[in-house]
Amino acid sequence: MIRRIRLWATQWWRILRRPSTHFSLGFLTLGGFIAGVVFWGAFNTVLEAANGEAFCTSCHEMHDNVYEELKSTIHYSNRSGVRATCPDCHVPHNWTNKIARKMQASKEVWGKIFGTIDTRAEFLERRLELARHEWARLKANDSLECRNCHNFAYMDFTRQSPRAGRIHAQWLGSGGGEGGKTCIDCHKGVAHRLPDMAGIPQG
Amino acid sequence: MNRILFSVLLLVTVLIPARAQDPNADAPARPESEYRSLDALRRGAPLTAEPAAAPMARVENTDLRRQRNWPDQPPTIPHSIDGYQLDRNANRCLLCHARANASTFQAPMVSVTHFMDRDGQMLAQVSARRYFCNQCHVVQTDAKPLVASDFIDVDHVLQIAGER
Repeated sequence: MIRRIRLWATQWWRILRRPSTHFSLGFLTLGGFIAGVVFWGAFNTVLEAANGEAFCTSCHEMHDNVYEELKSTIHYSNRSGVRATCPDCHVPHNWTNKIARKMQASKEVWGKIFGTIDTRAEFLERRLELARHEWARLKANDSLECRNCHNFAYMDFTRQSPRAGRIHAQWLGSGGGEGGKTCIDCHKGVAHRLPDMAGIPQG
Repeated sequence: MNRILFSVLLLVTVLIPARAQDPNADAPARPESEYRSLDALRRGAPLTAEPAAAPMARVENTDLRRQRNWPDQPPTIPHSIDGYQLDRNANRCLLCHARANASTFQAPMVSVTHFMDRDGQMLAQVSARRYFCNQCHVVQTDAKPLVASDFIDVDHVLQIAGER
């Protein structure tokens, strides 16, 4: 039994070390290419499957806390029915940034497995910290996820209410740097409820 | 004999409530016109009909200040406040209307009365008794008034009092 396994293992190892002595060039190159295509497709399919509202809200922590809060906001249900789901705001759209965020998400997988934020009480305790992460992320990238849909260059200020048009025209073009304002500076809490905001500058 | 008495008693206890159920069954039906002015919310539909709901009124979002009817009337809100969070955690109104932010957003600062405690002492921040804006300040919609109003503002009241 062990001898048969060892025989099989040594055979496989030989093929792995020197494949060109066992397989043709055509098989190795074309087969490798096709296998690569299949792998890439499978990889991205799984990535997108883990990137949707259904997946994100499959955890009770998300479903009962932040998703419930989203339901009363304009990003969930509005006049036109054009809505934002979890990845639209929380996952970068650009592929490299998305992969980076997905690698960071392994921490969230750990948290799910070990129950870091299992109960409502734990969630409320950590809300401010979690919110701060997101505000910092959006401030750093000049609210890129907001601008993916709400493109400043194509905003029609005449169709906004007077004060909204005035404020957007004045502040949105200033960039997100020092002294400039970006979407998240004023629109904190646009999708989920705000945590205790004592001491946090707004606007 | 006992069995007959029992069944007669049973019959009587069943029939008497059955006859007493509808005291007005023999009264004449009321004319429909009498129902029309029962409640202005029904918008003239008779009580026997179930009218369709009126379309929801839109909030006025013009940012134009409206006239106050007496000097310390809480001004009505000239813009929409949909989704504005106003609880212990956050006060969306104060984001624009706080003293520190009013110049950034060109919004009227909350009046000085909002910084006074109940003894009239001036505080540095908005007093807790004035924190929940919606207790006094409301938006206006374009809903048609259902009932006529003969309200007159304080100037007219003084004028009429002066003429007496």
